[in-house]
Amino acid sequence: MTRAERLEALQQAISERIMILDGAAGTMIQSYKLDEEGYRGDQFADWPCDVKGNNDLLNLTQPQIVEEMHRAYFEAGADIVETNTFSATTIAQADYQMEEHAHAISLQGAQIARRVADDVTAQTPDKPRYVAGAIGPTNRTASISPDVNDPGLRNVTFDELVGAYEESVRGMIEGGVDMLLVETIFDTLNAKAALFAIESVFEELGLELPVMISGTITDASGRTLSGQTAEAFWYSVKHIKPFSIGLNCAFGAEQMRPFIAELSRLAETNVCAYPNAGLPNEMGEYDESPETMSGHLQEWASSGLVNLVGGCCGTTPAHIAQVAQAVDGVSPRNIPNLPVQTRLSGLEPLVLNA
Amino acid sequence: MTTARFVNIGERTNVTGSARFKRLILQGEYEEAVSVARQQVENGAQIIDVNMDEGMLDAIDAMTRFLNLIATEPDIARVPVMIDSSKWSVIEAGLKCVQGKAIVNSISLKEGEEPFIEQARLIKRYGAATVVMAFDEEGQAESADRKFEICSRAYDVLVNKVGFPPEDIIFDPNIFAVATGIEEHNNFCVDFFEATKRIKEHLPHAHVSGGLSNVSFSFRGNNPVREAMHSVFLYHAIPAGLDMAIVNSGQLAVYDDIPEELRERVEDVILNRRDDATDRLLDVAGKYRGDGQKKEVNLAWREGTVEERLSHALVNGITDFILDDTEEARQAAERPLHVIEGPLMDGMNVVGDLFGAGKMFLPQVVKSARVMKQAVAHLMPFIEAEKDGKAAAKGKILLATVKGDVHDIGKNIVGVVLQCNNYEVVDLGVMVPANDILDTARRENVDLIGLSGLITPSLEEMSRIAEEMERQKFDLPLLIGGATTSKVHTAVKIAPNYSGPTVHVLDASRAVGVAGQLDNPERRETFAADVANEYADIRAKREGSNKADRLVGIAAARDNAAQVGWDDYSPTRPQFLGTKVFDDYDLAELANFIDWTPFFRTWELAGTYPQILEDDVVGETAKGLFADAQAMLQRIIGEKWLTAKAVIGFWPAGREGDDICLYADDQRRDITSTIHCLRQQVAKREGRSNDCLADFVAPAAGGVADYMGGFAVTAGHGIETKLAEFEAEHDDYSGIMLKALADRLAEAFAERMHQRVRTEFWGYASDEALDNEALIREQYQGIRPAPGYPACPDHSEKPELFNLLGAEQAAGISLTESMAMVPTAAVSGYYFAHPDARYFGVAKIGRDQVEDYATRRGISVEEAERWLAPNLAY
Repeated sequence: MTRAERLEALQQAISERIMILDGAAGTMIQSYKLDEEGYRGDQFADWPCDVKGNNDLLNLTQPQIVEEMHRAYFEAGADIVETNTFSATTIAQADYQMEEHAHAISLQGAQIARRVADDVTAQTPDKPRYVAGAIGPTNRTASISPDVNDPGLRNVTFDELVGAYEESVRGMIEGGVDMLLVETIFDTLNAKAALFAIESVFEELGLELPVMISGTITDASGRTLSGQTAEAFWYSVKHIKPFSIGLNCAFGAEQMRPFIAELSRLAETNVCAYPNAGLPNEMGEYDESPETMSGHLQEWASSGLVNLVGGCCGTTPAHIAQVAQAVDGVSPRNIPNLPVQTRLSGLEPLVLNA
Repeated sequence: MTTARFVNIGERTNVTGSARFKRLILQGEYEEAVSVARQQVENGAQIIDVNMDEGMLDAIDAMTRFLNLIATEPDIARVPVMIDSSKWSVIEAGLKCVQGKAIVNSISLKEGEEPFIEQARLIKRYGAATVVMAFDEEGQAESADRKFEICSRAYDVLVNKVGFPPEDIIFDPNIFAVATGIEEHNNFCVDFFEATKRIKEHLPHAHVSGGLSNVSFSFRGNNPVREAMHSVFLYHAIPAGLDMAIVNSGQLAVYDDIPEELRERVEDVILNRRDDATDRLLDVAGKYRGDGQKKEVNLAWREGTVEERLSHALVNGITDFILDDTEEARQAAERPLHVIEGPLMDGMNVVGDLFGAGKMFLPQVVKSARVMKQAVAHLMPFIEAEKDGKAAAKGKILLATVKGDVHDIGKNIVGVVLQCNNYEVVDLGVMVPANDILDTARRENVDLIGLSGLITPSLEEMSRIAEEMERQKFDLPLLIGGATTSKVHTAVKIAPNYSGPTVHVLDASRAVGVAGQLDNPERRETFAADVANEYADIRAKREGSNKADRLVGIAAARDNAAQVGWDDYSPTRPQFLGTKVFDDYDLAELANFIDWTPFFRTWELAGTYPQILEDDVVGETAKGLFADAQAMLQRIIGEKWLTAKAVIGFWPAGREGDDICLYADDQRRDITSTIHCLRQQVAKREGRSNDCLADFVAPAAGGVADYMGGFAVTAGHGIETKLAEFEAEHDDYSGIMLKALADRLAEAFAERMHQRVRTEFWGYASDEALDNEALIREQYQGIRPAPGYPACPDHSEKPELFNLLGAEQAAGISLTESMAMVPTAAVSGYYFAHPDARYFGVAKIGRDQVEDYATRRGISVEEAERWLAPNLAY
């Protein structure tokens, strides 16, 4: 099946049913209990600094673990798996002095997921499986100062982010992703840089893939870390005409619902939600059961709020299997037709009269 | 969700629109500038317009910095930003700082479709909406038809070629000033309303915006009328389809609160309802001016016509009423430009004629220029609002103090005088490298280049620039001026390097005459030929005289050294050896030591102080100038505008040939430094010696323990702040005055310090009792010659002196590559104590001495020749 054929099938599927995204990678990787040597593998046995915790590195050193993880989610019922590339930018990899490997990590992360997806698709050709290239926020923020005493200071520029994202995006496209997913957005300016990079690479390669965007609301008042409301956030990124807009991380399904409902009302595109398995308990663990979580998402689905669902921190193949089952047969959200209006934003939205 | 019917865009965070914001940004007071943004939002701005287009600013940097700062202020950042610049690079920098969806202000078809499409594509990629001006390759649209035609075309390109969302297009169909007195402007508002209607009707989802304050430009200074105009304009524009406007929310009257008479007349103007609408509004405008009538001043000259008053103000240098008079003239004139071309230039012509005839003097001319500049500054916004250029200047002149030199009083005076005579002056400031001068000359398409310099190495730099002009195939006239320049030097060393006209200009009063000859294509050739002939004669004569110039060999010159008697002389040991620092010397004390004669010379007034104050010709001017100088001097001292610092030092010393060795201590074993001196080589008549400064120090081998000293003083710390203030106020007069006074204070400091050295610190003349006049006439024992000046003409000996003194650290004085001192108001030199020590000029020297000197200094002959160029007899 070619990418073009798969994408055609995707458009068909998303109009007919609620599609399923995978769950957390971190939770699964932890279950392998890898030590420093495990992370390093043979290739980086002599690496000068510790690399334990660099999950994306496993694309190079433990590809079989990554492969098993993707397979587990597909088998649980996921339509789309995210590549293991959340931190595969030169900026995020700098923590491990691995800037030079960012491209290889992106490329191989995409190749592993592609291999598994193609493998599973071959077994169930009526249900093609997809690979979304995951693009995380990096560990720097373009619109927040790292120093409270110097609010004008920035530790990364828009151009630096664009450069880093472009490299990662090229690697993932080369590795065979079907779509790109800019996720866990807590600073919208970082996300705008990622979108800018994606469009630039599309132009450079002469192709266009679906783009999924997922923000992160970090407080109960409904704002991102950089201060935008969900609506303002949507207006900041809607110019790329994404395949989906949505939210992930920070909240469990219960806390996330009002903001998903708001996006659902405003977005003239698919809405995608993949909350955490509840809020962390006193041990810092996510312990919401697959049943509880799928109960929430089933209610969202019946209320017509979502087109795609999945899980973030703390979720496992068991959660995804339950969720897939819970929304099976529920009609997807209808995409609203809103009046054409100028929709601007600062931290808050400003909509001009038509 | 906020849905807005009509959007107020805050205009105060715009350096082109708010003087306060501009000042805050220029002074780097960003915190305060952020509070301007906050007030805007608090006062109801739903979007804030941010503009940093100011020549003195790095707009990219300022835009980035300001947007980053407000991004962290939730009560400001909640509203979208309008990124406003005429430069795409600034817009793009702004787009990289905003997480929200912003509006770009603006792009247009001005440069054609290609850049327009490229910019629109990028704006889309950055995720912003954009304002599109009704401006195309032909210019800015005035009529309703043109406005709509351009907007439709832009809409088509954006929507169909770029795929730009139509709802993200905001047209600005140009709000222009009305009631300007120009008939063609009368329908501007009606055209705007009409275009707005058609845009909203035919271009789906697009919006219309505009900059409101333009409409009332004619009534600057009369806020009630302006507010009424804004309010009436919106009253009619919003129903026509205006969606948003850049407004000062604080400058909007409530439509119904406008007095009926005023409202009706404003409405007549806005809607162009009657031919005499402008006159009728003018008739009542004064009545509504908020702050009432200006004070009645009982001066006879105020009774005259506005032209007479302007002329009087210019000739007499009175700024008190200039803004009112200029405004009055503007309102009466057909176009604001006519005020400059008419009464103001007429007034300046009177000044120019009087100056040319020697009936007015430089200080008065500079004061007149201050009046002129303030008047022009008042008119500029109107002229710009009228949007077609400025007065045609007689010519454009580039002025620069050359690389390595920091002295600019004379250059600034020349600039002022030229501007008074309607030349456009491009002043590049000080320390300007040759390439900057030539690049700017080419880019700005200037008509003349004027080079200035004070210290002798600048002469060399000027020759080099002339060479470079030749190489780069320039043919512009080159003017040479400054204290050390001369007609002879220009003729011999500069003119031969350049085939274009090269002319030495003796002083500011000659500058206009020379420029006038050279910028006129008919006169230029004759004039240039005359000068070239004159310079050729000078060269020929000099060559002839060179042969006659009797230089003796350096050996013979040494044989004819002054016979200083050391046997019956016992040197005084200074009170201390090493250095002593004076960190903040009392300016009031120094003021008593000022030698005023050179001060008057700076202002091109010839005569000796104090007699000059009673001079038949310049006495009156001199008195006025002196009074202004005294007044400023009081403020310099009282408000501590300047800080005086100094360092002096004494060292055991002994002569070795023409060098002076300085020793580490009284043991006189370790030589820590050597001062290299030059000797006169001109053949002397019987009984006159060939002098050299080394002769005034006891020979190292002679058993007499002698000493020498050094000093560096300055009164220039702090001057830049004050100068910047004067510049902002278009006040060249005060700027030049301050520089001249700082120079005088530095000289006074050197004089006072020398006195204290003689009587206290070295103490060889502890019983000396001389008044200021005697000091000026140098009736004291010992001298204080300065490197770079006649007795020791090599400027490159300065670094060694500065090293010995630690002058840079101790007194904050540094040296440029040409050995000019910074701050400029500084003096440095050596102290010699022997009663026979006297000032002299080394004058011309021969190749034999230069070779010997180069060997002694350990430098190449070429380098020595470069530094000693003005003294070479070959």
